[in-house]
Amino acid sequence: MNTHYFLELREATRTFSVGAGLFQRRKTLRAVNGVSLGVRKGEVLGIVGESGCGKSTIARMLLGLLEPSSGEIFFDGQPLYSMQRLARARRILPVFQDPYSSLNPRKTIAEIISLPLRVHNVGSNEERQRWLTGIMERVGLAPEYLPHYPNQLSGGQRQRVAIARALIMRPEIVICDEPTSALDVSVQSQILNLLMDLRREFGLTYILISHNLAVVEHIATRVAVMYLGRIVEEADTESLFRDPKHPYTRALLDSVLTPEPELGVPDAQLGIAFPNPLEPPPGCTFHPRCVHAMPICAQRAPVPIARDGGGHVECHLYDEALAATPQRQAAGDAS
Amino acid sequence: MSALLEVENLTVDIRLAAGVLHAVRGISFSVATGETVCIVGESGCGKSLTSLALMNLLPKRAVRNADRLRLDDTDLSTVSTRQMARIRGNRMAMIFQEPMTSLNPAYTIGNQLEEALLQHRAVPRREARDRAVYLLEKVGISAAASRLGQYPHQLSGGLRQRVMIAMTLMCGPDLIIADEPTTALDVTIQAQILHLLADLQKEFQMGLLLITHDLGIVARVADRVCTMYAGQFVEQGSVKEIFRNPLHPYTRGLLECIPVPGKTPRGSYLGSIPGMVPSLIGNLEGCSFRDRCRFVREGCEQDIALKRVGDAGRTYRCIMTPEESMRADAAGAGA
Repeated sequence: MNTHYFLELREATRTFSVGAGLFQRRKTLRAVNGVSLGVRKGEVLGIVGESGCGKSTIARMLLGLLEPSSGEIFFDGQPLYSMQRLARARRILPVFQDPYSSLNPRKTIAEIISLPLRVHNVGSNEERQRWLTGIMERVGLAPEYLPHYPNQLSGGQRQRVAIARALIMRPEIVICDEPTSALDVSVQSQILNLLMDLRREFGLTYILISHNLAVVEHIATRVAVMYLGRIVEEADTESLFRDPKHPYTRALLDSVLTPEPELGVPDAQLGIAFPNPLEPPPGCTFHPRCVHAMPICAQRAPVPIARDGGGHVECHLYDEALAATPQRQAAGDAS
Repeated sequence: MSALLEVENLTVDIRLAAGVLHAVRGISFSVATGETVCIVGESGCGKSLTSLALMNLLPKRAVRNADRLRLDDTDLSTVSTRQMARIRGNRMAMIFQEPMTSLNPAYTIGNQLEEALLQHRAVPRREARDRAVYLLEKVGISAAASRLGQYPHQLSGGLRQRVMIAMTLMCGPDLIIADEPTTALDVTIQAQILHLLADLQKEFQMGLLLITHDLGIVARVADRVCTMYAGQFVEQGSVKEIFRNPLHPYTRGLLECIPVPGKTPRGSYLGSIPGMVPSLIGNLEGCSFRDRCRFVREGCEQDIALKRVGDAGRTYRCIMTPEESMRADAAGAGA
């Protein structure tokens, strides 16, 4: 297997300083906390997790929009933030969640899609025109929409415009942050089909951020599960869905509502509270919601443990060094 | 089982400059005590207007008409505005999609909860307060008494939706109408809220009308399902029948659009419904789905009468006979 990462976070941390109230000291929010994660050429890396877990912060760091507070990001062997802004913006492009707010309402579709060409100053006028009609056809938009404005288009058509705008530069990596969550199911499936087709055709690498596990399962080749700024489990899609190790991954998979009327509403037994990210619980941040929590979980943060067949899991349940101790055995018997 | 809510031939028309928009076009259904009925459809199909029409909360320009609109022994189509205000929030209550915008940011949780009861019953504030605490505990909020003094912004999205649910229960309603109650929430929280709704419904013996676009939710919570398209119910039946054997091409199309982990082969093409929802302005004739339907044939341009199948209240609106529809399904699955 090719172990060379195309785009990679190494021990990346991003903190934000947030005001906690008028007379209180500002607090530090660790949105992303020492994350190492990479994507290989041609892969589709899915990142899943609840809102506030830091997945969009990772997307913004990888896009070159937000420098990590510490740690590094490498792109094609070079530090991402030592590259020219334009140079990286040409090779890594975003598709955002909301096609209503990510398109400028005062520009025509033609202007929106061809803007990257003008910014990067590539191609003659005729070439630009040719590329523009080519990409419109490729994403399934009729050329008569070129002089239209975004408000004249449906949600699905707008998302096609956003995809066309990302692809006209022939990027190498496309970062999709919830690309279909604002769309109806019948339109969602069209956009997913399109994304899969384009990947095959242009040899693209995707990073797909989504809270919809069914979508991630369908198109990702590898999945990273995020919880409070950490990747708690990461593996190829097939083994993660067949054999989820981390209790949080299991709870997430249990919560997916598939259209199967024989099954009732699942009970993931997570408790209500997603912890306040400003005051993360000590030890393993997941322990207050975990059904397998042991005393050690409140004291010490787990370290990444390799999964069989690649990937890792951060959980004391799989720590060989702890396995011999009585408290671990007691927890094992209980589960 | 006698019906708690009975709706016959409900229409909602909206007067626009361009003509009359027929948003809801003659729908009939009923909800029994203890029963969960789901209306499922994509954006713009009229499902939210249906819920507003039942609560008599339609915008001014919208006109409601119905042959029958009955809640228990009250005829909702003839009650005065004042009488309706006494029913709303009291005997039928509504949970809205956005818990952020449907709670008043300027009042405490306790204030808003107590108001619901004080408005409708001559009870001392003390008693309203006790009921608020009791219901907050019921919906799984810890330290309920101390929450009464908090403001909506101090709570997470999941907690706010729990508060909304507690608020609808204050007067012990017979019917709850929930319009996309979990759309703004994370998957794990979504499962919890749906669990909670189902438990409370059983405990308090209420009818539940749930409006959603998510077939996964429908499959897991509904007793009966109404598929809505372009203002009409194109199919209605028990949840098992609808999912096992959809008779309308639109219902079937929706089901084919969603990837199901473990069932849909990973990376395969998802089904899609080409085209767009037709405009509902002016005179409408024939099957409104015909422009998007792959089984369209001669006769579809004429109005299609609602067909009854069996005696369990299964209906659908398509030119194909059930046998033809099933054959078409088998052929579609093979293709």
